[in-house]
Amino acid sequence: MNTNPAQNAAIGHNHVPKMTARNVNVFYGQKQAIKDVSIDVSPEHVTAFIGPSGCGKSTFLRCLNRMNDTVDGARVEGRIELDGQDIYAPVMDVVQLRARVGMVFQKPNPFPKSIYENVAYGPRIHGLARAKADMDNIVESALRRAGLWDEVKDRLGESGTAMSGGQQQRLCIARAIAVDPEVILMDEPCSALDPIATARIEELIDELRGRYAIVIVTHNMQQAARVSQRTAFFHLGTLVEYDETPAIFTNPQQTRTKDYITGRYG
Amino acid sequence: MATIAASAAAPLERQPTDWASPEMQGRIAARYRAERNFRRLGAGALMVAAGFLAFLLFTIVRDGWTGFLRTEARVEVMFDAATLGVDPAALRGPGAQAVLARADYVALMDKAALQLGPASDMLSDAAWLALRDRLVADPTLIGRTETLWVPVRSSIDLLAKGKYDLDAPADSRGVTDREVSDWRWLDSQGRLRTVFNQAFIGNADSTEPELAGIGGAALGSLFTLFVTIAIAFPLGVFSAAWLEEFAPRGRLADIIELSINNLAAVPSIIFGLLGLAFFLNYAGLPRSSPLVGGITLALMIMPVIVIAARVAIQAVPPSIRDAALGIGASPIQVVFQHVVPLALPGIMTGTIIGISRALGETAPLLLIGMRAFVTDTPQGLTAPATVLPMQVFLWSDDVQRGFVEKTSAAIMVLLFILILMNSVAIYLRNRFERRW
Repeated sequence: MNTNPAQNAAIGHNHVPKMTARNVNVFYGQKQAIKDVSIDVSPEHVTAFIGPSGCGKSTFLRCLNRMNDTVDGARVEGRIELDGQDIYAPVMDVVQLRARVGMVFQKPNPFPKSIYENVAYGPRIHGLARAKADMDNIVESALRRAGLWDEVKDRLGESGTAMSGGQQQRLCIARAIAVDPEVILMDEPCSALDPIATARIEELIDELRGRYAIVIVTHNMQQAARVSQRTAFFHLGTLVEYDETPAIFTNPQQTRTKDYITGRYG
Repeated sequence: MATIAASAAAPLERQPTDWASPEMQGRIAARYRAERNFRRLGAGALMVAAGFLAFLLFTIVRDGWTGFLRTEARVEVMFDAATLGVDPAALRGPGAQAVLARADYVALMDKAALQLGPASDMLSDAAWLALRDRLVADPTLIGRTETLWVPVRSSIDLLAKGKYDLDAPADSRGVTDREVSDWRWLDSQGRLRTVFNQAFIGNADSTEPELAGIGGAALGSLFTLFVTIAIAFPLGVFSAAWLEEFAPRGRLADIIELSINNLAAVPSIIFGLLGLAFFLNYAGLPRSSPLVGGITLALMIMPVIVIAARVAIQAVPPSIRDAALGIGASPIQVVFQHVVPLALPGIMTGTIIGISRALGETAPLLLIGMRAFVTDTPQGLTAPATVLPMQVFLWSDDVQRGFVEKTSAAIMVLLFILILMNSVAIYLRNRFERRW
């Protein structure tokens, strides 16, 4: 059994990882939330983080685009790289980092503005569109990619908060896509949705795979098995096991993984 | 001893609860009684409060509504060039307006007043102004006779409005027998009418009640509030945004927060002393001006705005901040493109409540000289001015009977503006309130 996190961080050698984390520790004040996590994120696959509540999977996800910077008393140690660049280096611009590493949150959180404005906001603040026509193109292609265009093309002026929960979450995905990110982080994106909306999001994740590196945190193991190709199991702030998804679910190497998968705790 | 030990060892078996027992019924009755009494007490408290309010409004409206009316007397005026002391030839030249402005209208008025016979001195001292206004508006009236309505003295005005108890003994009713007989004579000749008092709306203060108006004070209030809003709103919003979104949590932030909360509770007259000491004596800004009044009131209401704005900003859900940060908005963009716009209805509500307080404030303005007797509508932010509540205070202090109704009428104007502003606050709150 391989218990060294640094060694089980990478799976196979056929891809240059999009993001790499080495020996990451996260502290909230005195409390250590993440202990010595090392992991590679593949550019072509969907990576799922699973684990029981409070295991640190969301905390770790939020380190990947430095959303933890906004939390008082949070401190991150270790090294996290995006395309070989240290994202915690002083020269790294955090605003640009978050444009390159987009995020979709647990609860759909569209801005209380029109559908169009929701999608256009990111490209506008980053100056990605020169003219109105450019912006219209960006908005349309983002909504198409998020599978929302046909549903909303006739009501782009309506409020984003007036849609159903599933549509709102797809709008949030469209909003993240609109700034043309390289990585999309999804923090339990379906936990507030009904099964049909969940299935729609899962299909969408599958369609987006390959174009963006996707990392999804989920507490739903079936979902991890359905949408991901790589799965990382977190427990009590440590990365217990990281492997190809089928291997994790059919042949876990660690007893703790096995116990969790089979429902002994969680 | 043995039985005690035994009963301690084996707890009593619990009897089934008898929900219909007399004790239980008594308990239910007591509960209903307590609830009934509480409701009666609450309704009673509300009735007392409503009663006081109704009494207040009733007395103000009863005394004040006639303040919006004015009694005028009809006189036929012959615009006689000789009495006016103007040369008719000069009226055709380019300096006609200047000539008209200098003419002797007082003499003309005195001459015209003779037709009122015994009551010829019962016209207002400023009745001649009506002649001037008429002639300046239409210079061709020279040499012609025109029927005009001019204001009468306050005592005649009040007699016409029935404000005196004429059955009371002459020495205690506040009006002389001659005034009463003059009024009766004028009235019997059909020379009196009571109409809407435009002077009350447009004029500034005056020593004569029939000429005194609320317009100057209203404009002074407007100027003062303009300065107050222009200073307090941006300062308050920026302070709140910084405290909520950027300030490092710690001892300093706690001290600032405590100070702001305490500042909101400082008696307003202290702010007046500050204004007097700093803005007038040290900075040398003009006394009695809306500028200084506005700055002083801005200091007073800024804590109110900061507190309201902080609450409104706190109410914006963190998910909106996450959403904006997550697509790469900078902290400034998050605050000023998302958080503050979403908090704006709450900020506006707090601001309007603060401004309402500033509008009704008198004490600090006393100290910076805004109780001056100003007979002209203020021409600018640095001109001497007074404000609505100060006008109420000044008139309530005046010994002349005619100012009683003016005081109540001014209170009505002040209350009307306050109700209007609070309605706007409620409208904004309901219109833009969001549920997350």
